[in-house]
Amino acid sequence: MGFAVDTRRLGRWALNAVACIAMAYLLVPLVSVTWLAFWSQEIPTFPPEGYTFAWFGAALAQPKFVGGFLTSLQVGIAATALGVALGVPAALALARRGFPGRGALNQFLLMPLVVPGVVLGTAIYVFQVEAEIATEWPILGSVPGLIAGHALIVIPWVVRLIGASLAGFDRSIEEAALNLGAGPWTAFFRITLPSIRPGIVAGALFGFVTSFGNLEMSLFLIAPGMTTLPIAILQYLEWRLDPTIAAVSVMQIALIAAAMLVTDRYVKLARVV
Amino acid sequence: MARLEIASLSKLYGDFQAVREVSLDIADGEFLVLLGPSGCGKTTTLRMIAGFVTPSGGAIRIGDTDVTDLPPWKRNTGLVFQSYALFPHLTVAQNVAFGLEMRKVGRDDIAPRVAEALRMVRLGHLGERLPRQLSGGQQQRVALARALAIRPDVLLLDEPLSNLDAKLREEVRVEIRELQRQLGLTTVMVTHDQEEALTVADRLVVMSEGEVRQIGTQRDLDERPADRFVAGFVGRSTFLEGRAEGQGAFVTAGGLRLRCAVGSAAGPAVMALRPERVALGTAPLGLDNDLPGTVEFVSYLGAVLDLRVRLSDTDRVTVQMANRQDGMAPAVGARVHVGWSADAGRIFTQDAGAAA
Repeated sequence: MGFAVDTRRLGRWALNAVACIAMAYLLVPLVSVTWLAFWSQEIPTFPPEGYTFAWFGAALAQPKFVGGFLTSLQVGIAATALGVALGVPAALALARRGFPGRGALNQFLLMPLVVPGVVLGTAIYVFQVEAEIATEWPILGSVPGLIAGHALIVIPWVVRLIGASLAGFDRSIEEAALNLGAGPWTAFFRITLPSIRPGIVAGALFGFVTSFGNLEMSLFLIAPGMTTLPIAILQYLEWRLDPTIAAVSVMQIALIAAAMLVTDRYVKLARVV
Repeated sequence: MARLEIASLSKLYGDFQAVREVSLDIADGEFLVLLGPSGCGKTTTLRMIAGFVTPSGGAIRIGDTDVTDLPPWKRNTGLVFQSYALFPHLTVAQNVAFGLEMRKVGRDDIAPRVAEALRMVRLGHLGERLPRQLSGGQQQRVALARALAIRPDVLLLDEPLSNLDAKLREEVRVEIRELQRQLGLTTVMVTHDQEEALTVADRLVVMSEGEVRQIGTQRDLDERPADRFVAGFVGRSTFLEGRAEGQGAFVTAGGLRLRCAVGSAAGPAVMALRPERVALGTAPLGLDNDLPGTVEFVSYLGAVLDLRVRLSDTDRVTVQMANRQDGMAPAVGARVHVGWSADAGRIFTQDAGAAA
């Protein structure tokens, strides 16, 4: 009896310990980069000699970081809009219509998340080169070209998260709207769309974060002189290693955390994801 | 409010005939219930009336309009769903107002009509709540108010009570029936619950395997079931298998000779007996059929007792008797006499039709 109780207590204790280790594993990089951003010495060596806000100023003084940030923001927003516009109908078709190859298509739409970024980047690079030759439009290295590429990694998030919203959606709600005199379009925009809004918002948020942090694909698709924030960070790191990078990272983390918190106020992300 | 006519309505899904040649004529203000086991085609019939299922054949008329080819949003029906189907992101009042907005009712007229509809279901004070803040019974009443607010020609109820618990079910059932009478609404309800059907309906339609088996009042179905299926599905029946001998005689599989109404053709048949029409006593009862038997099983059902009495190795009847303190309540194994008049036993020959 005593032995059984001890085993159970031991089991619970072990579970808590594993959970703590996992949490620490997730948090250590975030905490250390944040800490590092405030160290006063230029070459990060332990222990810190003192603390300063100077690196944030240094980061904002770098036109590459500011320009890269604006490009990433612009591309992220546009790619998210495009991904949502394409992903909503795709998710609806996958959830609602039975057609041959539906399962395969469902898997296929997740591919951009599974395929290594370098492979995806290469593939899109080659495609855009060919497309540019064929159409003589300046696709490669253009902002629209970059947006189109990024939309590809937004779509899986949108499709998956809207799909989850639709799975819990009672279709008789739509039928009720039709019965009350709403045509199919009115029913969709007034009833269906608001009901799956949590999925759309969550999909857009995760899609945006993915696009904003993407490095591999952008490396293939940008033109000389153009830069996104992750690329600017990489380029800076090739020459220097000082807490400016940490400061940039902290600002990036803060931005994404703020976006998630604000979103969560309107849509409970935990209910969708 | 209007008359609803359904003529030879059919629905085929591939080779599966979900609904076969159903014809119904529902009078203005009548409460008709489609009753049957799951898969009998009753819901498909209702969904064809609402316009969500396209018939493979036949026609539907509401009032003077042929609506067979009209989409759901152009038919003026009010449908109440089993799952309530309230709009989760709209308040109760906005839910009820939706149909009025779709009908382009003026802004000034919407509010009083919403209030009126909510008052009818006694929810006038909850207009600002969201559906998820209401109990199941309240949600179903909102769904009812939403359907009533548009002043539909026909009210359609798809198993509206099956998600509610037993006590609430009775309450909402009475409420629906009273409102329907007050407003004089032509109503079609679908249910698999015979008690529910019997308590609210003006007329019932018993369906099975896509076909109408019988249309009639509660009394018609109880006293003159059209076939063995109806006899077993509406009310309760015990069945004695055997042969009709003609001339009002029936021989059970166990060899008992019984008397039944004259007129049944000879041949393999089954006798259906309502448990409440079988008498029980300790001595012969002096009825047309009077048989000794042994009590095999007793079920206490509150006000009544159900006794299963063994008449022969293969023949058993169920007897229903009042559960009174002073009355005798035979125990299992007791020797008893059961009896019934010749016209209590209904004979159905094997080709399904009622013979007597």
